[in-house]
Amino acid sequence: MVSIIQSPLVQHDAKQVLLPSPFHPRIEQHCLVKNWMSWNGYQTARVYDTLASEYFAIRSSCSVMDLTPMEKYRISGPDALSFLNRLVVRDVSALKPNRVTYVVWCNDEGKVLDDGTIFHLHQGEYRLCSQHHQLDWLLISSLGMDVSIVEETHEVAALAVQGPTAYSVLSAAGFDGLDQLKPFGILHTQLDGFEVMVSRTGYTGDLGYELWTNPSNALALWDALVGVKQRGLYDLRCIGLDALEMVRIEAGFIMPGDDFNTAETTVRAGHDRSPFEIGLGWVVNFDKPHFTGKQALLREKDRPIERRLVKLAVEGNKPPVDSFLYDGKKGRRIGTIKTQIWSPILKANLAMADVEYRNGKLPVQIWAEIYYQKELEWQVTWAQCRISDVPFWTHPRRSATPPQNC
Amino acid sequence: MTSAASKQVIIVGGGHNGLVCATYLALAGRKVQILEARDEVGGGASTTSFAEGYKVSGLAHILYSLSPKICTDLKLETAGLQRGAAIDTIALDRDGQHLTLGVDEASGAGLSQQDRVAYTAFKQEFRNYARTLEPLMMNKPPRLKDMDRTDLLTLGKLGWKLRFGLGTRSMREFLRVGGINIYDVLNEVFDNAQLKAAIAADAVIGHHMGPRTPSTVLTYLNRLRWEIHGQQSLPPGGMGQIANALSKAAKSAGVTIRTGAKVQKILIDAGKAYGVQLHSGERLDAAIVISNADAKITFLELVGALELDAMFAQRIHTTRSRGNVAKLHVALDSLPQVSGLSTQQLGQRLLIAPDMRYLEHAFNHAKYGEYSEHPLLEITVPSIADPTLAPDGHHVMSISACFAPYSLKQGWERQRESFSDKIIAVVERYAPGFSTQIVARELLTPVDIEAQYNITGGHWHHGEMTIDQSFMMRPIHGAAQYDTPIAGLFLCGAAAHPGGGVTGIPGHNAAQRILAMGAGL
Repeated sequence: MVSIIQSPLVQHDAKQVLLPSPFHPRIEQHCLVKNWMSWNGYQTARVYDTLASEYFAIRSSCSVMDLTPMEKYRISGPDALSFLNRLVVRDVSALKPNRVTYVVWCNDEGKVLDDGTIFHLHQGEYRLCSQHHQLDWLLISSLGMDVSIVEETHEVAALAVQGPTAYSVLSAAGFDGLDQLKPFGILHTQLDGFEVMVSRTGYTGDLGYELWTNPSNALALWDALVGVKQRGLYDLRCIGLDALEMVRIEAGFIMPGDDFNTAETTVRAGHDRSPFEIGLGWVVNFDKPHFTGKQALLREKDRPIERRLVKLAVEGNKPPVDSFLYDGKKGRRIGTIKTQIWSPILKANLAMADVEYRNGKLPVQIWAEIYYQKELEWQVTWAQCRISDVPFWTHPRRSATPPQNC
Repeated sequence: MTSAASKQVIIVGGGHNGLVCATYLALAGRKVQILEARDEVGGGASTTSFAEGYKVSGLAHILYSLSPKICTDLKLETAGLQRGAAIDTIALDRDGQHLTLGVDEASGAGLSQQDRVAYTAFKQEFRNYARTLEPLMMNKPPRLKDMDRTDLLTLGKLGWKLRFGLGTRSMREFLRVGGINIYDVLNEVFDNAQLKAAIAADAVIGHHMGPRTPSTVLTYLNRLRWEIHGQQSLPPGGMGQIANALSKAAKSAGVTIRTGAKVQKILIDAGKAYGVQLHSGERLDAAIVISNADAKITFLELVGALELDAMFAQRIHTTRSRGNVAKLHVALDSLPQVSGLSTQQLGQRLLIAPDMRYLEHAFNHAKYGEYSEHPLLEITVPSIADPTLAPDGHHVMSISACFAPYSLKQGWERQRESFSDKIIAVVERYAPGFSTQIVARELLTPVDIEAQYNITGGHWHHGEMTIDQSFMMRPIHGAAQYDTPIAGLFLCGAAAHPGGGVTGIPGHNAAQRILAMGAGL
């Protein structure tokens, strides 16, 4: 049994190309440069005022970002857990209520379809958040199971509050009980009489929370947070997707569709990627019951690895945009840069890159061939790259419980 | 798990293919046990009593496709197999201008000399096409990726037969007509409407297809290929006699057969089948499990989607397997009278298919979940050749009626009698007084066939035999070479290549595949 509920909120107005989020009346006021883009069909700010101030809000004070466009699915019913455990490559059978875990899922060939998080909201009731639309795949995966799958993307308003002072800002805004909330924990609480779910999760590598509530409470939630700034207690800035891109690469989080081609959108053979090939072998659990792609991944596990998505620090100050990678200066071509940023806090070019292995080993040297412009004239240079096995940037306060009040 | 049990081969379902597979494996020294849910083995090859003293072939009612190689290998004649006398097909005409369609010759008052010549040439040409596909039949269908030597050899033989067996002209013609519909082809060749319809009937009976449906040349060739090996007949004692011979051959090869043992679950651990659980709760260990059930029952019920990859389960789920034929059994107090037909002729295979428009219109109803207003009928009166099937002087008639969709819009419960009446009214037009001769009748709709024979959708062939569900895509790619994604689990029924019909070939091919793989040793 599978039920799908059509959302009353997605009545489409033909004149409205992009959907306003429940926070839009406030976002519109804060977004000074009107640099909009579409994120899952929602009108989303790329930048609010200046990228640098938004970036430093995340790294030095506190940032707020509208998460509503993220795909969200409510999974419940007697077979909910079996369904999820057969869907994803990770063993989620031990995920306790009020806990969150990071997951990826594959097609039959063991190639990654998407990544996301599973929230165990209440006993036997889950929320799956994903980067891309997954309803088709979820329904296909539910064949023969007594599970209810409801897309709730539009029924849940969500904000990410991230940065060193995130805990202090939320406490000042009136949230109680966050001191004991551990990383990947969930707290069901109230703010001014309405229900808010707080999870200690994020995409920045720093201390941070995500707030989830009914869209009818969206503006009240927003005002409560911004009130902290207005009262002169803590600084707080809205951030757009461009600033998020910088901190997620610093923190080593991958972006399906940007860092690797997802299996569903792959047409050419060999252009999709397995979890091993994107550095997520650690989430694959072969000891749990059958899951989609298990046999393909078991076969792949025994073969020498051919390529991997790696975190790459690139020397110099020239941005290695779309650069080819070589196993030596002017050597053999072994890969490409997928996404890259300049990290202000580390003063380095950081990138996600797809690199070929040789005989199961990473190349000893990796060089990027960088094309850049000087006053509209193209130049080329070479920069040596270093693979980082750990996130480029993280901070102990990300996992300290209780968090420091600062 | 004892070592003896672990060496055991369990076959889920004792249909004709299960029996064939079991016997081959037993002859090769394997210890084989068949678990059959019904009280009798044979599956679609059965004889049933539908009224006191009246017996008839339960599902399949004409023997035309039992592989001669299997008959020889399994010594089925020693085991009592009787084919019965060869019969022709007679297409009935309301004005008595019936057509007789033999293997090479057609005759009938209304048939022009031109059509007679064309018929002989057509049958020879199309039998040559069927012969070309022969290398594909008694082997596992070749994979197109990662072929082994057997696959290369099969494809090599196919290519050779296509190029040098047929010759340039015939090969070109075969490639032209292979994927198209029988309607266009027959219109190119013949003038006589009744002749065209009688040939087209062979292409559509048992399928969700009208004469204009693409792939109908392929289904016709599938039926026609058996003329290479012999003629159609009505076996004495009904099709159950074939099942008895297969069962006897299986037992004398050492196969254990348990009837009334319905399998509830195929037991799987870490992706490997290790036994089965019966509805009674009893568990049986096995080195390998072979399923004679259709693909949906095997994978979605007995294995369960949780043990499979999501898209594999989905692809099994979306295979087309809704039956479209109802079976009417009629007990008669005397022999029906068809004007212009002798008793001997009445004992042949009779068709009510006046023209191809009639067939296409009959099929149109099925597309929209209705039964045919004017159904295509395939009729046999087996009691003429075998009087033991009915009390003295009485007769039984067995009718396959197309089209009777599994998913009838109003549901079969309230439509069963009206469809029976419709069929009888059609026969009455050809055999006046027929309805007054009826003593008893029984209609099996696809829903009944599903329930009685444990076949999803009540589909004769365990799934449509369209080109996209044939060869290396039968039932789906990834399970088309008798082995499956579950280690130690094999398919041996009509869901596997080359599909339906009482051929025994899927069973034969599965056994060869299992022996070649050395599985379960």
